[in-house]
Amino acid sequence: MVFVTGKGGVGKTTVAVALGLRAAAEGKRTIVCEVAAQENASRIFEHAEVGFHEVEMAENLWSISIDPDESMREYVLLQLKVRAMRDLLFRSRIFSYLAAATPGLKELVTIGKIWELAQLDRKVKSGRKYDLVIVDAPATGHGIGFLQTPRTFAAIARVGPIHSQAKQLDRLITDQEHTGVAIVALPEEMPVNESAALEHDLRTDVGVAVDRVYMNGLYPERFSSQEAEKLAKLAGGGDGAPRAAARAALSEYNRARSQRAQLARLRRRVEAPVKTLPFLFEPELGPEAAAQLAKRLG
Amino acid sequence: MPTVGDILEGKGICICAGSGGVGKTTTSAAIATGMAAQGLKVCVLTIDPAKRLADSLGLRELGNEAERVDPALFERHGIEMKGELWAMMLDAKATFDELVARQAPDEEARDRVLGNRIYQQISSALAGSQEYMAMEKLFELHTEGRFDLLVLDTPPTRNALDFLDAPRRLMQFIEGRSLRVFMRPTGLAAKVAGRGASVALSVFKRIVGFDLLADLAEFFNAFSGMVDGFQARAKRVNSLLADRRTCFLVICGPQGEPVEEAVYFHRKLVEAKLPFGGVIVNKVHYPAEKLRGDGEDLKASLAEKLGEDDLAERVFGNFADYQALAERDAKNIEHLARELRTKGVIRVPYLDEDVHDLAGLAEINRYLFASAEQREAIAAGRA
Repeated sequence: MVFVTGKGGVGKTTVAVALGLRAAAEGKRTIVCEVAAQENASRIFEHAEVGFHEVEMAENLWSISIDPDESMREYVLLQLKVRAMRDLLFRSRIFSYLAAATPGLKELVTIGKIWELAQLDRKVKSGRKYDLVIVDAPATGHGIGFLQTPRTFAAIARVGPIHSQAKQLDRLITDQEHTGVAIVALPEEMPVNESAALEHDLRTDVGVAVDRVYMNGLYPERFSSQEAEKLAKLAGGGDGAPRAAARAALSEYNRARSQRAQLARLRRRVEAPVKTLPFLFEPELGPEAAAQLAKRLG
Repeated sequence: MPTVGDILEGKGICICAGSGGVGKTTTSAAIATGMAAQGLKVCVLTIDPAKRLADSLGLRELGNEAERVDPALFERHGIEMKGELWAMMLDAKATFDELVARQAPDEEARDRVLGNRIYQQISSALAGSQEYMAMEKLFELHTEGRFDLLVLDTPPTRNALDFLDAPRRLMQFIEGRSLRVFMRPTGLAAKVAGRGASVALSVFKRIVGFDLLADLAEFFNAFSGMVDGFQARAKRVNSLLADRRTCFLVICGPQGEPVEEAVYFHRKLVEAKLPFGGVIVNKVHYPAEKLRGDGEDLKASLAEKLGEDDLAERVFGNFADYQALAERDAKNIEHLARELRTKGVIRVPYLDEDVHDLAGLAEINRYLFASAEQREAIAAGRA
């Protein structure tokens, strides 16, 4: 199981989908999970919203958007075998109120659903097993709280089935052999700082294995420094389109260079191996772009 | 087309809202700096524990108290500071604790709430408490009247809407009206509520364990004396947000997704009758001259000027890539302007140098506080 996290807007979903495509290409039956009823993964595939259903996006690659209310419902269905009692519970306003009021319960049932998806012997009727479960997790800050939910919950609910189940979920998250976290970063000052802090917190506070840090959106080094000097002359003088083209080239050169400096900083500051992903000059990221990135993941 | 200075003319509160990763913190800092430079006493508030604001203002740390940013720092970057810039980082838990202390009828009631485990969970971890406390601190500072302008950098949420919704949800929870009734299963209320509710309650008990429920009951009991105070205050906070001297700025990026988020957020603001001030799009690729024909002329001209076919080819390819991004951005911004029925979209270009310090803020401010013509001129010069 892999949790993909990082600062907001760094491309977590894109990386989660690319990881999914790669695993699927290797023949693994893979699912990408969106949390909090997001639909970012299905949007990359230009697919209709998947909702709380396991839907095949590409060969071997499935997607689900985990809605906490649906997870809660499913959880109760699995817990309570007496039908009349379940009906009573679902109709009861007090139950939905309590469920909404209990701190962390939404996150807990979400992680519970992720756990269920990862089981070899699925609890859900006609559920088939997955070889790999990839979670497009919440951003920094919220991401840490999310992964800590089971432990926090186990501490609050000291008895009852939830206590033991929460402990079980915590074991799943901190099982360094089977569960890992991938952090996505961008080659800019603050995302690099945050990724380093995030890795530290994930290792020490949550106790998970951070397997890899992806430096996303890295500009290619298209021009050498000698070429940049030539371009600077053209950008300074000249006119019209050639001048604008030279300026664009210089801009690319400058960005690529300052990004390399950020990449070096990231490598110095994190423990996990850093893997780079190229910036794609694509207007919007669709299935082809995700496929391109998947090839680069290696 | 208005500048940020025009939009904030006569305003007392500026709330910067948008989804994560669009540069809210940087923009908030830049706006506060620019307004302070014009002569106002400005305080910028952030709730983001990642110290982004402290970093970008060149401060080592920020606490729950407003701190003045050394004017000398700005002079070093060519910003003449006529007013004062203050900054603070909200500590949601500390703010919540202060609020409880203020609302509690006596010390015993205060300690009962502060010591309750549900309260501790809510005040530090529950989604919504950060947003609620940001509003709360904003209200407190506004009431004190120490500053001309307060700029709030809203907490990072995946969905910008959470920010508006969270305080309301948290307040509902604290009120716990329907729940409190059922907390006394032997009382009259339970009899009125009927058998269904008490069965539901007992099933819930069985699922989550008794302790949690006891803690919840204790929480509502401890809080019961304060609910009215909280409600009254929440009402005043809400009317402050809707005040005509308050202004919401929507911040987004030029890609399809953040633009859709901005459109959605704007709609929610309008629905909630909250004052929308304008929209700022960060990291925009400005278009250079349009490529004419198939570009063979340009290729030939580049080859001649650079004296290298291979380099000319790469420069040409790169130019086409940049133009494609610029066209995408222009299209998305056009869509944004249409949806928001505004001509005043403020665009900040994607600068070659990453913006994370005062020098970067000064650079951004040239765009935020420049007139439309000036902005075009600057952009054309550097496109």
